[in-house]
Amino acid sequence: MLLNIKNLHVEIAGKQILKGLNLGINKGEVHAIMGPNGTGKSTLAAAITGRDGYEITEGEIWYKDINILDKSPDERANMGIFLSFQYPVEIPGVSMTNFMRTALNAKREFNGLPPIAAGEFLKLMEEKKKLVEIHSKLTNRSVNEGFSGGEKKRNEIFQMAMLEPAMAILDETDSGLDIDALRVVANGVNQLRTTENAFLVITHYQRLLDYIVPDFVHVLFDGRIIKTGGKNLALELEAKGYEWIKEQHLV
Amino acid sequence: MDETSNNDNIIEQVTTSEYKYGFFTDIETDFAPVGLNEDIIRFISAKKEEPEWMLEFRLKAFRHWQTLEEPNWAHLNYPKINYQDIIYYAAPKKKKQLASLDEVDPELLDTFNKLGISLEEQKMLSGVAVDAVIDSVSVKTTFQDTLAKHGIIFCSFSEAVRNHPDLVRKYMGMVVPYTDNFFAALNSAVFSDGSFCYIPEGVRCPLELSTYFRINAANTGQFERTLIVADKGSYVSYLEGCTAPQRDENQLHAAIVEIIAMDHAEVKYSTVQNWYPGDKEGQGGVYNFVTKRGLCKGVSSKISWTQVETGSAITWKYPSCILQGDNSIGEFYSVAVTNNFQQADTGTKMVHIGKNTRSTIVSKGISAGRSNNSYRGLVRILPRATNARNFSQCDSLLLGDKCGAHTFPYIEAKNETSIIEHEATTSKISEDQLFYCRQRGIDTEKAIGLIVNGYAKEVLNKLPMEFAVEAQKLLAITLEGSVG
Repeated sequence: MLLNIKNLHVEIAGKQILKGLNLGINKGEVHAIMGPNGTGKSTLAAAITGRDGYEITEGEIWYKDINILDKSPDERANMGIFLSFQYPVEIPGVSMTNFMRTALNAKREFNGLPPIAAGEFLKLMEEKKKLVEIHSKLTNRSVNEGFSGGEKKRNEIFQMAMLEPAMAILDETDSGLDIDALRVVANGVNQLRTTENAFLVITHYQRLLDYIVPDFVHVLFDGRIIKTGGKNLALELEAKGYEWIKEQHLV
Repeated sequence: MDETSNNDNIIEQVTTSEYKYGFFTDIETDFAPVGLNEDIIRFISAKKEEPEWMLEFRLKAFRHWQTLEEPNWAHLNYPKINYQDIIYYAAPKKKKQLASLDEVDPELLDTFNKLGISLEEQKMLSGVAVDAVIDSVSVKTTFQDTLAKHGIIFCSFSEAVRNHPDLVRKYMGMVVPYTDNFFAALNSAVFSDGSFCYIPEGVRCPLELSTYFRINAANTGQFERTLIVADKGSYVSYLEGCTAPQRDENQLHAAIVEIIAMDHAEVKYSTVQNWYPGDKEGQGGVYNFVTKRGLCKGVSSKISWTQVETGSAITWKYPSCILQGDNSIGEFYSVAVTNNFQQADTGTKMVHIGKNTRSTIVSKGISAGRSNNSYRGLVRILPRATNARNFSQCDSLLLGDKCGAHTFPYIEAKNETSIIEHEATTSKISEDQLFYCRQRGIDTEKAIGLIVNGYAKEVLNKLPMEFAVEAQKLLAITLEGSVG
């Protein structure tokens, strides 16, 4: 199993958000996590990536058969866990090119490789930019500075393409995207799918799952996964809303 | 360059890792006795075999200094300096003229190696001529020949006193008279050596001129003096870089830099200052009290200061421009970083005297640890300065919650046609930015380096290429361990 989350309990500032979440993801799979606002979807992403302030009070997160709870966020990233942010931040004065090269070389150093040659790096940039139809003028700018909402999300997928993670988490990547941008982003993700990597797609809406077709859909409610199904579960949710599952759960 | 081939081992290695300049070179040193009086000044002057007029200048400055009080208006806090407890002169003993690097004390060469300075290979690698100053006496000056072809004089201050007395007497003290302030008076009395540069009319200096300063003997103050004169229509880019070895006692550094730009002349002065800042507990470190001032004497002249200040326990420094010539331009670009217990009070003065004079100030302060970082700037528009313009931008970046950033802008406008703009921001490195970088595999320290360099980019871009690379590394290193 690539990612195995066992009985995960997470608190933020003393408030319990995740209350015993279990989730197993194999290579080659796409999992979707759906659920109403405030049920802990983004908390799950933060816990997997090791963000400060998210206290794991119980449970384990195993990645490639290693318990990663004592690994730093950068170690987890370099081990191949990637998060496409819901709200990517701006870093003024730092060019995308410089940022990407620093990130890529950090990963290479982690894996005992020498820094990438300049020519090879630029070639890689060109190749991956095409994947998400991102313009050179964007990569020449500072990280996310002056990017539109859609451009920021494309930029996230571009970075994912550059870093080639084994486990990619997409946190509400569809929010703020128009249908064209959504298609571009989804195409990018689909081209990156292999039998060796896996995706965890966090979303409110079924819409994105028309383009990135999941193998499993999980419903997150009140800090736990209360229902798991195939891609049809997403359609069912779209049609019926979350209430019927909540009712089922409470009964 | 025969010497070059003989010294293949001296390889250009630009500074940086952690504070790696904490080594101490054991060269036999020629000390003056501790303390300061007229006899000491006579001793210094005699040691340097100076002419009578130079001694007179020193004595006048000393007598004036005795009437002055050490200034205390800066936002700085340090124990009282006992000026009688300082050695005012130290020089490496080897004094004979050297024909090649082979004749230089191997220990000294080793010091240069650690510093990443090579005298001859600088030219090959970066096109930079270096006047290396170790403990107050110039050991070797390079590229004299190349520069001589253009009529450019670039030598140690002592040599200039000997070989170009007319130029020195004409310009020394023109911009910073010995009466200017306490530290300027002290420097004028006891200055040990420094650099002199004269660019003749119409000459564009083909090399970036560079001087490395270095304090090297325990308890010895260093009192450098630099004088740059750019004659009509000339251009020069001058680089100054500093490193100092680690030790416990505080070290006093009070330098003077004077720049004079004639009609249509341009001088670009860049500094990377990395004196020993003291340890994490605030012990030791250099006290840096510097008077730097440029005079745009001629019409349409331009003086541009760019500084990256990362070192020293105490920094007191205000590179300034007197815009006397009509249409003259003054610029000040600064990045000042303080960490641990460092304190910096730095900024600039732009004094608009001539018509249509323009000045630009961009100051980027970065504070971390328990440090204090102050910007202090004066924009003064005199009555005759019709259509003067100033733009100032002062930004502060805070890392952590125990440091301080302060801004003291002073504006005096005596001409109604002047336009003065001032912008100021204060920000913190956000947890969001750090986590974003770390999620991409970039560790905290590299992330801080990246973010800080992005913040300071506008200033770093003003530095010559080789310096910019060095400065970028330096910023990251200075802030190591400042978060988390």
